[in-house]
Amino acid sequence: MSTIDLDTEDGRREALRRMLTIRTFDETAGDLFADGEIPGFVHLYIGEEAVAVGACGALEEADYITSTHRGHGHCIAKGLDPRQMMAELLGSSEGYCNGKGGSMHIADVEANMLGANGIVGAGPPIATGAALRCHLKGEDRVALAFFGDGAVAQGQVHEALNLASSWTLPAVFVIENNQYGEGTPVEKQHHVESLSEQAEAYEIPGITVDGMDVTAVYEAVTEARRRALDGEGPTLIEAETYRYRGHFEGDPQVYREESEIEEWKERDPIPTFRDRLIDRGDLTDDEYDDLVAEVEETIDEAVAYARDAPMPEPDDAYEDMFAEPAPEIERFARQLQTDGGERGGEKR
Amino acid sequence: MSATTEQAAETMTYREAIRAALREEMEHDEDVFLMGEDVGVYGGVFEVTQGLRDEFGPERVRDTPISEAGFVGAGVGAAATGMRPVVEVMFSDFLGVPAEQLLNQMAKMRYMFGGKTDMSLTIRTTEGGGMGAASQHSGTMHTWFAHFPGIKVAAPGTPAAAKGLLKSAIRSDDPVMFFEDKMIYEQEGEVPTSEDFTIPLGEASVEREGADVTVVATQRLVDESLSTAEELSGDVSVEVIDPRSLYPLDTDAIVESVEKTGRLVIADESPLSYGTHAEIGMRAVEDAFYSIAEPIQRVGVPDTHVPFSPPLEDEVLPHGDDVRAAIERIV
Repeated sequence: MSTIDLDTEDGRREALRRMLTIRTFDETAGDLFADGEIPGFVHLYIGEEAVAVGACGALEEADYITSTHRGHGHCIAKGLDPRQMMAELLGSSEGYCNGKGGSMHIADVEANMLGANGIVGAGPPIATGAALRCHLKGEDRVALAFFGDGAVAQGQVHEALNLASSWTLPAVFVIENNQYGEGTPVEKQHHVESLSEQAEAYEIPGITVDGMDVTAVYEAVTEARRRALDGEGPTLIEAETYRYRGHFEGDPQVYREESEIEEWKERDPIPTFRDRLIDRGDLTDDEYDDLVAEVEETIDEAVAYARDAPMPEPDDAYEDMFAEPAPEIERFARQLQTDGGERGGEKR
Repeated sequence: MSATTEQAAETMTYREAIRAALREEMEHDEDVFLMGEDVGVYGGVFEVTQGLRDEFGPERVRDTPISEAGFVGAGVGAAATGMRPVVEVMFSDFLGVPAEQLLNQMAKMRYMFGGKTDMSLTIRTTEGGGMGAASQHSGTMHTWFAHFPGIKVAAPGTPAAAKGLLKSAIRSDDPVMFFEDKMIYEQEGEVPTSEDFTIPLGEASVEREGADVTVVATQRLVDESLSTAEELSGDVSVEVIDPRSLYPLDTDAIVESVEKTGRLVIADESPLSYGTHAEIGMRAVEDAFYSIAEPIQRVGVPDTHVPFSPPLEDEVLPHGDDVRAAIERIV
């Protein structure tokens, strides 16, 4: 059973809820960052919600995903808890990574979410390894890598595509083409018409879909997953989408015009899908308003939870380096103390 | 090898000891699998994995494309999802190719995720010069990785250490980089045959006891230092320690020895600046400053690459006679 069944009314409403949850989460994260509550920097997924929800909706819970620096959407689509996510963004010990990861490294391995990642092309080889695990164990599960158009220029992405296709692994590769690699437009980074053409080099199917349409992404990933499980190997899917915000919050965005953003917003994945559900009788206007209110409440609760959650103790910085601790860490931590440090042994 | 003297043992080469460890761990745990360039049909470019594909099949002994970033990354992903991959990178000089997956993924994943994943990945690779393989196939890279937080590093100098440490590495839930010295694959030694024989990461071995000077030697230089110690016996009593693991490092064993001898020579084939020698020496200074009677001596590669032509290569590589010269400077 896929996580979401878009052939049912409940499934379609759930897809809408998840897209709304991602958007509300990230709008809130943007506000908290602007207010200085979130340290570091954040990359928001606003505008791209249909890709994560369509793709993760087509997966089963047992399937693995790898994510990117722009990972909040993948986390929520994969079913992670917004409270623990928000706690991680605020640096709390109650966050998914006990405050050690932050926005760019949220992971929940138990939920088969193998991590957001600060290196744009690092996810595909890792997903290939997860797919290799599924293959070696003879399990009916797949691994899906999300990565951006910018990452397609990175060598390790192609090494992963080559390995997964050479070994016919149950992997799905999803390019989120949001039109910019940081501040450089996609056409200045690649010498192909569409990024899915790269699949030809590996003799695997390559397909470009409308990444503003959750159904289109869902259908493409459903077929890719079927192929993977039937032993037909990986598929490369390019989802054409758009990020409304800058590369990171605070990005002056000198590389694009406001009018371009407005044009893409006319195809916004949330209102277009909402209208479709209303047209087909899945949802009324009132029910939509209720859904929006419920999602806002969920995110408000997440913020309240995160604000109440404790910050880590400074000494927690020395935990979690290894399963079996290395004595060096304690030794050198002690040397930072005024009364610590090695004293050269016994004086003669 | 005091811990193993009561165990059944047989004479085998360094290569055979590594192969035995791989075989035993593959029999012991079906989640263990091997991958790398030509590890299967070919049996490994140094023949270490010879026969294992026939024994365990092509799924568990996987020949990869020449694609280090891809297959090391796949090792990271397989380890994060509960497997125990043993990935071979043919020469340590090639570690720059998958460096991103080693440094930003393998080494950091557990910590960044708040301790919520294991990284049961072993990377086997070869280092060392002496066969005219020139600069891109002769380097000694272990210092890079021993320096980088989140990675355990083994560089054994004897067949027994190689077997015991590789088994520990494969069973470990931490990433371990296992550096094999390609010049000692034929070296023989007594190796415990029990499947239960392991050597913990971070435990040094006193290979020869002595009273006048401590030689901390790694890899090929362990055996060469033992020969030097034998040559000097009667004049100088030399203690030889193989740290076996470089991270964690058995500081206590080194310090205990230096407190006894008052003199320290560190022999390791890595380049000298900012290196393994400096770290071992500094640990001794921190813990046994007042016991050190003479300047600490370093024996290593004088910050060059390893050249091709035999007289050039021989010039820069450290040998037993360099260890002897270092001892004679301070005794």
